[in-house]
Amino acid sequence: MNGQEMKTRTEEDVLCSFCGCLCDDLVVEIEGDNVKNVRHACRLGASKLMGHERIRTPMIRKNGKREEVSYQEAYDRAAHILVNAKRPLLYGWASTVCEAQKKGVLLTEMVGGILDSTATVCHGPSILGIEERGLSGATLGQIKNRADLIVFWGCNPAEADPKHGLRYSTNVWGFFTPEGRKGRNVLVVDVRQTRTAKNADKFIMITPGSDFEVLSALRMFVAGKGEFVPEKVGGVPRAELFEVADMMKAAKFGAFFFGLGITHSRGRAKNVGNALALIAELNAHTKFVVMPMRGHYNVAGIGQVAAWETGFPMSIDFSRGTAYFNPGETAACDVLSRGDTDAVMVIASDPASNFPRGIMENLAKVPVIQIDPYENPTTLLAEVVIPSAIAGVECEGTAYRMDGLALRMKKLVNSPYPSDEEILSGIIESVKKLRGTEAEANAPKEASA
Amino acid sequence: MISGRTLAQGAWCESKMCDDFTKAASLCFLSEEDFKSLNLSGGMNVLIKSAYGRVVMVPRIDKGLPPGMIFMAMGPWANSLVGSDTGGCGTPQFKGIEVELETTDEPVMDIRSMFTNLGGAKT
Repeated sequence: MNGQEMKTRTEEDVLCSFCGCLCDDLVVEIEGDNVKNVRHACRLGASKLMGHERIRTPMIRKNGKREEVSYQEAYDRAAHILVNAKRPLLYGWASTVCEAQKKGVLLTEMVGGILDSTATVCHGPSILGIEERGLSGATLGQIKNRADLIVFWGCNPAEADPKHGLRYSTNVWGFFTPEGRKGRNVLVVDVRQTRTAKNADKFIMITPGSDFEVLSALRMFVAGKGEFVPEKVGGVPRAELFEVADMMKAAKFGAFFFGLGITHSRGRAKNVGNALALIAELNAHTKFVVMPMRGHYNVAGIGQVAAWETGFPMSIDFSRGTAYFNPGETAACDVLSRGDTDAVMVIASDPASNFPRGIMENLAKVPVIQIDPYENPTTLLAEVVIPSAIAGVECEGTAYRMDGLALRMKKLVNSPYPSDEEILSGIIESVKKLRGTEAEANAPKEASA
Repeated sequence: MISGRTLAQGAWCESKMCDDFTKAASLCFLSEEDFKSLNLSGGMNVLIKSAYGRVVMVPRIDKGLPPGMIFMAMGPWANSLVGSDTGGCGTPQFKGIEVELETTDEPVMDIRSMFTNLGGAKT
């Protein structure tokens, strides 16, 4: 620094780019272009914003070895793979901003591929359940200010969304909830006693895979038909289920949060549909709302962007020339397990780690393009690696909180890396160039003469 | 078998190639009763098998678990036991998988070895 001290500054009201809580109260201390300290963040958010070892330069595999190349060479190679694939899959999108996601929809349509997000290994069944049943929703602000009963079903925010309770649900003081935790009841339903369950007024431990049955039993009690409920459902005595149904009906404003405990276990989308039906029916007695606990900070955003661009929220197949949506056939895990895709572009996610092993092994058989700030197992499978700036730290953009509220993320520091949006624009230009060259090569000789 | 987020796994999930992630995501948790019935102690590993694969993990006690259940941090180790079927909704069943456990002298596979001989990693 030529003897000068590096300039330090503090940014307030910074958004956290880890989980779907999208907390907006972080204080970040910055020295030069480095984040030096993060205050008010949970362990997950602090770790994300403080940063980790980065991918330093674009790389392409040549003759079996990955070599460092320029960004332009990487864009051209990525475009070549996508244009020459019959049905490329463009997957990820949850940890980047809406502006990049919008470019992603355009690129997928241009190359006739499939666009899918990490929701399909997460809350995809929730989206299907919501499409089937509808959702009685609210913002997290409404819940903070009004809810006197919080239900966590098959989710563990104490470890997955650590500030959820402090900012939005169980332990926060709100306008009509001035007593905070003391003025609220907390009900947890899970197959194990999680950290979240330890903060509950009432904890029900159910048998794994019995969510649908337990939800059906509660619906029977809410409908006044409790006499038809068996002595035990999902390992829970009938009297206890009656007590839970009564607790829900007695609330002035109930909020039901659910997680992967119901979307990843037997029943999947049908479990979600049954939970949504229970909440709809509770509204005949009191006010009750329901919300999926979204994982990545902008996984809700890709659902929004894809829906307004194509009419569908995920698993969108453009290979027929128009948008086609059919999870079970067109989701990332479906096409990879069947071997129905011949190239994959991964952005802002790590499917090599997060897909079942058999599906990951199929991913390894096709050319993979990776766009990410960090090395991860997907990097090990990739033919083209393109390092990107970290959204919400090194570039700005829009993200959607788990309740559907759109928030603007700031750029905190300068970065030598391009944003996801810039990288996608580069690949789109390379695709156009390649298509133009192909069109020229294929044109009749007299026309080009 | 149930897999899911833990605080340590989440804190290292943007830095998956480091040893701390391997330590966090190769842990599995058993009830005290099951831990004792398998004669497990600190430093021992368990081999876990499902219909879809096998994996070696480090066992710990979680008093919140009922007997007969194993919880593990989400990630490549847990996903070695998960099947590919999406049940018509696009999402594999990551939870509620039947597994068998036994003690083993095999070490836990490190993150790079998990992906050796696959795609780009083989070069």
